[in-house]
Amino acid sequence: MTDSKTIRVVIPHHLRNLARTGKEVQLEIAGAVTPAAILDELEARYPMLKGTIRDHQTKKRRAFIRFFACEQDLSHAPADAPVPDEVLAGKEPFLIVGAMAGG
Amino acid sequence: MSGVRVLVGTQKGAFILTSDEARKAWQIDGPHFGGWEIYHINGSQLNPDRLYASQSTGWFGQLIQRSDDGGKTWEPVNNEFTYVGDPGTHQWYDGTQHPWEFKRVWHLEPSLSDPDTVYAGVEDAALFKSTDGGQSWQELAGLRDVKGKLWQPGAGGMCLHTILLDPNNEKRIFVAISAAGAFRTDDGGETWLPINKGLISPWELPDKDADVGHCVHNLAMHPSRPDVLFMQKHWDVMRTDNAGDLWHEISGNLPSDFGFPISVHAHEPDTVYVIPIKSDSEHFPPDGKLRVYRSRSGGNEWEALTNGLPQSDCYMNVLRDAMDVDQLDSGGIYFGTTGGQLYGSADGGDTWSTIAPNLPKILSVEVQTLK
Repeated sequence: MTDSKTIRVVIPHHLRNLARTGKEVQLEIAGAVTPAAILDELEARYPMLKGTIRDHQTKKRRAFIRFFACEQDLSHAPADAPVPDEVLAGKEPFLIVGAMAGG
Repeated sequence: MSGVRVLVGTQKGAFILTSDEARKAWQIDGPHFGGWEIYHINGSQLNPDRLYASQSTGWFGQLIQRSDDGGKTWEPVNNEFTYVGDPGTHQWYDGTQHPWEFKRVWHLEPSLSDPDTVYAGVEDAALFKSTDGGQSWQELAGLRDVKGKLWQPGAGGMCLHTILLDPNNEKRIFVAISAAGAFRTDDGGETWLPINKGLISPWELPDKDADVGHCVHNLAMHPSRPDVLFMQKHWDVMRTDNAGDLWHEISGNLPSDFGFPISVHAHEPDTVYVIPIKSDSEHFPPDGKLRVYRSRSGGNEWEALTNGLPQSDCYMNVLRDAMDVDQLDSGGIYFGTTGGQLYGSADGGDTWSTIAPNLPKILSVEVQTLK
């Protein structure tokens, strides 16, 4: 039996409206919990989010999207790097943030 | 309900305005998709309750929304626009070659024969087609074969912004691209011809015989006469009587022949509307007077329509997709400004009223006439 983790994910206002969900969603992720795995599961649950956080083909993060957790900016970390233990334990959420841009 | 439904795309959401045939009292519904840029909303002529909307932001990219109840509810459909093969490069501002990159959808044009078929004009310039109501998109890549390497973006981006479908010939489509020019297909989009002969653009193109590179801002057609097209070019208002094989200028007595939108009256194929803008350096109306100009002779002789429009201290712009006509007998016409005002006329432009004074910057206006 595959061990799975319940990961809390906070998504930004516009994507909540698009996915018709609340501020925080909980995802069951089997195997290594990485930013890529979180986004794979998020897009599987909410297909309308495909292309809004990362490119359809290259999976590269969109320029004005940031990933935060445990007071760290994980945006530039490898997509296949493990997320912090507090996120694995469900104590802290993985935050998907629309970057501050504009005036 | 019979009447008019006006679909307004703005920088901060979509608005749907409805009125009965009198067009005096308007109900405003919106914003839909508040906070998102809505470059375009358009409805099917076959099924007016089938609407498509292009929704985007710099943060979250491009979405396409579809409604089957006239805009009361919406569902996101497929937003993956993938160029066929390696799209290669086009010319960049500094003369170097730049990779082709998808940025957004500027214009959605539903088919005249099937409500599930819709065309999308995108930046970087290409034409996509869906035959399943937006659930998947395929590029009509032959368009980029027409010297795509020589196309380069205008100030607004290298966008395919205009799509005209020939009502008599399903295989014939006209498109326009900034700053590449106008193009026509006669085989449903497999192969394309540049249709830019007669366009003279000395400030943009030193080669007067160049067949691509012209900055076409908008095209218009009357469905009863699809070989006659009207064009608002960067500078010059133009006309062709042979489906784009040759253009001639019809700017005549306009106070400025720079502008963005151009429209044709619903029942008078030779009645044409433009909104002159002072220049490419100063994107506002000449003399601070917002004037629609109407020609009833297919061009060259133009009259200013001012009744109900601001005639002093007016310094907004009207973008290329922000003017349209209704199909009612009296020939209504509507346009929206970058200042967020939506104006309408129920009498072909003789008198105007402000339908909505305080919308966000208006990017597009499409009008549906409901039976």
